Amino acid sequence: MQSALLEPKRVQLPEASASEDLAELERAWSNPRGIIGWLSHVDHQSIGKRYIVTAFIFLLFGGVEALLIRLQLARPENKFLGPDLYNQIFTMHGTTMMFLFAVPVMEGMGIYLVPLMIGTRNVPFPRLNSFGYYLFVIGGIFLYAGFLLNIGPDAGWFSYVPLAGPAFSPGKRVDFWAQMITFTEFSGLIAAVELIVTVFKMRAPGMSLDRIPLFVWGMLVQSFMVVFAMPAVMIASTFLLMDRTLGTHFFNPAEGGDPLMWQHIFWFFGHPEVYIIFIPALGIVSSIVTAFTRKSIFGYTAMVLSLVATAFIGFGLWVHHMFATGLPPLGASFFTSASMMIAIPSGVQIFCWLATLRNGTVRITVPLLFVFGFVFIFVLGGLTGVMVASVPFDLQAHDTFFVVAHFHYVLIGGSVFPLLGAIHYWFPKMTGRMMSETLGKITFWVVFIGFNLTFFPMHLLGLKGMPRRVYTYQPNLGWGALNLVATVGAVIIAIGGAIFIANVIISYKSGEMANGNPWGASTLEWGTTSPPPHYNFLYLPTVNGREALWSRSDDDPVVTGVRTDRRESLSTSILDARPDHRYPLAGPSIWPFITALAVTFGFIGSVFKGSLIFYGAGLSLVALIGWFWPRPSHNEQPERVEKGATESNDQVVARS
Amino acid sequence: MSFATTKSTKLAVVLTPAILCQCGCRGIQSALDPAGPQSRSISGHWWLLFWVCTVVFVLVVGFMLYGLWRSKIQTPNDAPVDPAKETRTTWYVSACVVATVVILFVFLVASLSTAKTIFSKPGGKPLEIEVTGHQWWWEVRYPDPDSSKIVVTANEIHIPAGQPVHILLKSADVIHSFWVPKLQGKMDLIPMHSNSLWMQADFPGVYRGQCAEFCGHQHAHMSFLVIAEPLADFNQWRDQQIQSGPPPADPVLRKGQHVFLSSSCVLCHTLRGTTASATLAPDLTHFASRHTIAAGTLSNDRASLERWIVNSQGVKPGNKMPPNDLNPEDLQNLLSYLGSLK
Repeated sequence: MQSALLEPKRVQLPEASASEDLAELERAWSNPRGIIGWLSHVDHQSIGKRYIVTAFIFLLFGGVEALLIRLQLARPENKFLGPDLYNQIFTMHGTTMMFLFAVPVMEGMGIYLVPLMIGTRNVPFPRLNSFGYYLFVIGGIFLYAGFLLNIGPDAGWFSYVPLAGPAFSPGKRVDFWAQMITFTEFSGLIAAVELIVTVFKMRAPGMSLDRIPLFVWGMLVQSFMVVFAMPAVMIASTFLLMDRTLGTHFFNPAEGGDPLMWQHIFWFFGHPEVYIIFIPALGIVSSIVTAFTRKSIFGYTAMVLSLVATAFIGFGLWVHHMFATGLPPLGASFFTSASMMIAIPSGVQIFCWLATLRNGTVRITVPLLFVFGFVFIFVLGGLTGVMVASVPFDLQAHDTFFVVAHFHYVLIGGSVFPLLGAIHYWFPKMTGRMMSETLGKITFWVVFIGFNLTFFPMHLLGLKGMPRRVYTYQPNLGWGALNLVATVGAVIIAIGGAIFIANVIISYKSGEMANGNPWGASTLEWGTTSPPPHYNFLYLPTVNGREALWSRSDDDPVVTGVRTDRRESLSTSILDARPDHRYPLAGPSIWPFITALAVTFGFIGSVFKGSLIFYGAGLSLVALIGWFWPRPSHNEQPERVEKGATESNDQVVARS
Repeated sequence: MSFATTKSTKLAVVLTPAILCQCGCRGIQSALDPAGPQSRSISGHWWLLFWVCTVVFVLVVGFMLYGLWRSKIQTPNDAPVDPAKETRTTWYVSACVVATVVILFVFLVASLSTAKTIFSKPGGKPLEIEVTGHQWWWEVRYPDPDSSKIVVTANEIHIPAGQPVHILLKSADVIHSFWVPKLQGKMDLIPMHSNSLWMQADFPGVYRGQCAEFCGHQHAHMSFLVIAEPLADFNQWRDQQIQSGPPPADPVLRKGQHVFLSSSCVLCHTLRGTTASATLAPDLTHFASRHTIAAGTLSNDRASLERWIVNSQGVKPGNKMPPNDLNPEDLQNLLSYLGSLK
């Protein structure tokens, strides 16, 4: 039954049939109009783009907060921000960047790109996907509403208890933080489930596990990390919320609770979080390097194993955030070894990219420039990471600006630089227009110089004794000059950011038109138009090599037999991606949005009055009934085959 | 007065080079300018990490640029892969991975041996000091089996130079972190947990420390001084601190004491030898012998003290000392009295 695909049948494909399919697909995949229609979108392209745009807006907020922090620290005893506002702002900065920018933007990239890269029409649970997006955006708005009402959280993005507990942070500030976590992590889990199922079950026939693009591997590994890490922080923040609103004592030392338990649970999530942000970026780097060297990445298997190893080891490092809490030395040395060990898979990947660059013919473009920036900054950040893995050195560096420098090198270098490269690289695919190379090169150099000017001096500041999270410092400590340099650097980064935004806007309006594959890249998303139609591909493609488009020949088979008159795609087997069955996909619906509102009512209500969570649950139930209410266009039997039946008894065949 | 003056001079002598030399490694709070065996051991470890990592960084970035240059002079090829070249590349990459593993192993061994040095109990009879973190000041206590010989002070730790000190760390409220970069790495103060660390200053001097764990509003103004002195000076200081405060010697001081004892000061502060015995805030028995006010926020002089008493919230917003609305005469008397508590 499944051999049909492997020996493609050469069936004459009449012109009339193609245009008929096209018209049917256009009709089945068209999105409803109007505001309600806009809120009803469930296709992965819309949701993915919304994630990316929303996350970049939060990046802008977080960036403004960073600038305010830098302005306050520009000189000693500055009166620009008081401690109360400063503490709120640095908490908002960290929270925004971690929860509202870095993770969602990577998930947005995954949701947009993965279905295209593996050759399917949508993610498997389209409505759940849009529900996840709404939870994310509502969680973000909720947090910022608190901030603007002067009840922004002020206990740090890590909310250490007892400081964040009811005794030392009365009021609603930390409650807003804790409940925002619930929103965003819920959404993160949804995106992770979508991506795992997409990668496992929706791949184009022929895309066996060893032919999956490295970016898709990255998203898959990241999604598994999300599934294991995020529940920890949701539980921690729920415990915290219960301590604060219901009078439980999970973290109250006076009643036998343990403040260190918070740190363990939080960092059990918090350290993998770093890799959740970083691993997709590794996939981006691989995509860009492949495209601009016209070579497969050297050591594909080593690369995949490194990603998986990073994910596993990433769960064994959390205690290195707690070296100063007075751990038993034996335990600490275990975490030192693990923290150093994770440098090995990272090293393997760096070496493989360098080998690819060395062996290939390099075309220097803006995305590749960002990859060079990534290698430079990330290697430096990785090396300081190895340093702080050492307990004795960490006892000096921990909670100082040295660590601030380290993790900005790792996160901005390891994640934001590849991401900016990714935007320049995939912009033509998303919008149909090229970004300006000139403005892109200027962006790169301005951001690169500004970044190093801002964060390199922080290493020295930390070694000279400047702790983190201080709203001011005294003039006689000798930190003024370096802080001023860092502030100047931050302003330069902001200028780079403005040039980037200008480039995006100008290119979106009047950039050069892009064809389907302007870079001559190898992955499937470049095998359709730019921007792709809502259904991604007229015929679902098949794959016969690791670099799908490079090994494609004119008479390669395509998938047929999947219905075009309704939203439907093909499900394939996990290992070999053999065609398995047709899979109907849900169409547009307003109900995910309404359900998100109902859930919001419960979540936000529970911050003020615990019992409101039950009303929220009741409302959600009503909304879910609407969500799952059978509709004629989506309740047809999946077995019914209209097209393709004449060609084969199989549900699906490939034809050329 | 002369005692305080000598101390201030000493402080100034130690501080001046630190202020002059702003851009180098030196500084009153610099981890790169170690002044004790523990911090020196960490600093040595750091320089090993620093130099090895610098070499690695230069090699990686250099190789990237070299590879870029090489690939440009090669002819563009979509030619089939040369298996010999692939094998060679595999060898290079494997060699790099092996080198990484070796370097990490060296680091691990160096890290464990440094950890052993800084955590192990040094020889000699150590001095024990209890430090309790409060939002946002440090309570310092020199325990003694004889309760009349217990010394309690705040934000200033006197230690004998050249002798190991064992610091017991506790917290009265939230998590703080005790950190004197020139002497030792940091250690957290966690409620209901007890931590400790060893440190030693090789030479007399003033070493600044600061809270390193975010602890709320005034985390930035939670510093302290470690003052290492020759043993004789230290003993003299300790003997002096054991005493109750001097009784007010003249009418101004007597009025000042009366102001203190009849106002809200007594609700939080202790003055040994008087009825004031609250422990929410620093013990003021020998207040005038200290160099700073409000955990290193202000220097301890009359003008600063006046600012602090009248408008503590303006100086250190959010701190737990309420503003005091004293009439000018009472205030001046109080300032004179507090200034006499050496």
